[in-house]
Amino acid sequence: MSEKIMMSGNEAIARGVWEAGVHVAAAYPGTPSTEILENIGALYKDDIYCEWSVNEKVAFEVASGASIGGARAFCAFKHVGMNVATDPIFSMGYAGVNGGLVFVTADDPGCWSSQNEQDNRWYAPHTKIAMLEPSDSQECLDFVKAAYELSERFDTPVMIRVTTRVCHSKSLVRLGDRKDVKVRKYKSVPGKFALLPATAIARHPIREQLLRDMAEYGNDCSFNRTEGKKDAKIGVISSGISYQHAREAFGDDAAFLKLGLTYPFPEKLVKEFCSRHETLYVIEENDPYLEMHIKSLGFTEIHGKDQIPECGELNAAVLRRALFSEEPGKTYHVEAKAPARPPTMCAGCPHRGFFLALSGVLDRVVPAGDIGCYGLGSQPPFNGFGFSLCMGAGFSTLVGLSKALEKQGDPRKAIGMLGDSTFFHSGITSLIDIVSSESNVIACILDNSITAMTGHQENPGTARNLMGEPSPVVDIVALVKACGIDDDHLRVVDPVDLKAIRSALSDAIAAKGPFVIVTKRPCVLIKEVAKANGTRHAVIDPGMCIGCGMCMKVACPAIAFKDGRSVINDGSGCTGCGLCTQVCPVGAISIVEE
Amino acid sequence: MTKSILLIGVGGQGTILISRILSSGFAEMGFDVKMSEIHGMSQRGGSVTTMIRYGDEVHSPNFGDAEADVIISFEKSEAVRALPQLKKGGTVITDDYEIFSVPVLTGASEYPFDALDQLRAEVPNTIVIEAYRAAEKLGNSRCQNIVLLGKLVNTMGWDEHVDWKALVAANVPPRTVDINLRAYELGYNM
Repeated sequence: MSEKIMMSGNEAIARGVWEAGVHVAAAYPGTPSTEILENIGALYKDDIYCEWSVNEKVAFEVASGASIGGARAFCAFKHVGMNVATDPIFSMGYAGVNGGLVFVTADDPGCWSSQNEQDNRWYAPHTKIAMLEPSDSQECLDFVKAAYELSERFDTPVMIRVTTRVCHSKSLVRLGDRKDVKVRKYKSVPGKFALLPATAIARHPIREQLLRDMAEYGNDCSFNRTEGKKDAKIGVISSGISYQHAREAFGDDAAFLKLGLTYPFPEKLVKEFCSRHETLYVIEENDPYLEMHIKSLGFTEIHGKDQIPECGELNAAVLRRALFSEEPGKTYHVEAKAPARPPTMCAGCPHRGFFLALSGVLDRVVPAGDIGCYGLGSQPPFNGFGFSLCMGAGFSTLVGLSKALEKQGDPRKAIGMLGDSTFFHSGITSLIDIVSSESNVIACILDNSITAMTGHQENPGTARNLMGEPSPVVDIVALVKACGIDDDHLRVVDPVDLKAIRSALSDAIAAKGPFVIVTKRPCVLIKEVAKANGTRHAVIDPGMCIGCGMCMKVACPAIAFKDGRSVINDGSGCTGCGLCTQVCPVGAISIVEE
Repeated sequence: MTKSILLIGVGGQGTILISRILSSGFAEMGFDVKMSEIHGMSQRGGSVTTMIRYGDEVHSPNFGDAEADVIISFEKSEAVRALPQLKKGGTVITDDYEIFSVPVLTGASEYPFDALDQLRAEVPNTIVIEAYRAAEKLGNSRCQNIVLLGKLVNTMGWDEHVDWKALVAANVPPRTVDINLRAYELGYNM
């Protein structure tokens, strides 16, 4: 195969995993990493066992088990997902591998869909694991394949660090064939994988030696290269997507050191490069990871974060402005302003009913949110919660929050909400903490039967797995009961039944001790659900509508207020969920099928 | 010389599909090409953008303000949002189609109904078509993106070395090939 095709970084990583002869792949979805496992599931499942694990820690442990067992293994997550997975990653950093073990961290400079722009390159030295940084789709494929050779040669997991613009950019890629890799024999190696204190302390010096060996390798390997004008006055050091922006900003008048293997740091190579050029720049997004290493080698005059912003994404224009004081380009201006267009809950979204009901009791509760589509409920007009931290925190924070409220004599009750996938991910342990601490809080599971925000991935509640096979359903309500919630402290309701959800909230606020509300209704974007909804939609009788605007409080993209009357938008995607019919005081809205 | 194109619309309008077709076309012309999408939360009715860059050798997949040679907007207020990214002398092709965001629906934000008059007055190369309405009349409003593609290819004179219709046929769902080819013709001749 020599024809080049357009591929995103994520598609190319998936292809690289397949070409490398990988046997097992596991991940938890998270933008911008999700399409890697989606592609493996869609295209390569005949050769690769693949799964959506319940969380990133589990995914990395699944991959670690496969590696220890002798298979080539792969794992992927977004940057904050790596925080969840670091416990076993640190251990595997000491233990090393049997079959090659490679994982991807997909960072999100610019915070396009994340709670922070943490720079995961620091994890490489921290976990003592080799790191590669591809800068386009071809490198994504090539680096993944090479990473497996590196992993098995140096007995180390290898971390591939990519960013949103690498994952979600498409460029031309030349494909190869799948390598036939035999699964290595599982051997119990004394003192290698069983990390007890006595064995772990013995592994440490072995690890340090491997890092020195890899650093030596990094000084002369195909991942790191110099290019551009050899005798240029200006020398530029960069890695990942920043290299592409640097190439564009500096043009042909500079020499470039393009680093692909950025941990262990190739000190000798960098020193040689720095000594050859008079003025040095290090170009990197977010943190000064390369810069600090280079400065520690004695090149303290190097330019980097003294000029380039730490926050947000880079592009060539940002660099030219920061480094060469280039004036912004000329453009056009009009008076008209584009209206705010934040992402919103879809028409028919089951979360809308929950947040509409919650907005009516905000004087009696203090709400905590979590990560998922229901995060959209924090926006006006619902203002559904005031804080959210990370997966599962929507429940665990309630324990401490309720104590703080009690101690200040605040009678309001702490209430938290998270989705089905988040409950499986890390809400279960949080619920157990609520039960065992007998916290006087309300924990709500908004079950829409899918991992929705990242684009509909399967989870233990969906009855189907990543490989398209039927899978057993883990019953959320049974789990809640097993955690110690009795029937008196549990309500299972349809979130579009406003009366039911309001009464559940009111019972929960009146109750003492841990209380759980499970709302059950599948996401309207699930194909089968959309099909079942058919042509059902709302109609508003213009003769009956009194223009009171009550239905606008539902904040549904399907309803507009025009000339003093409510109307259903054409092409609005109304699913006929009927939430608006329940708030209309004159019964002007009805659901029809046509 | 690298050329930069910005596509902007509202989540679900099909910006990514025509980005894919355009990228394939530029590759067929022998150019290096990169395309950058932003996914994630923007899918939920938010504003979505795709950047395409082509030339002899393309490095960055994304670009900054005042660097777009062409903006294709699927919704008229989105053309206004994208305007700071257009370089002087650049071209705006926009659909005269309105989608009200939730802040507009609830009255928290105002919709710029006169956006196109202002655009026409300020940007000499402003081209306004009714792609959504045309696609709707054709029988499927989802072909709006292909109507816009036809207009774009004709406006930019990109049809010399590429069989765009073949690319459309290869990239749309099989049972919608016919209607999309008609949508392309329609846009091309608008």
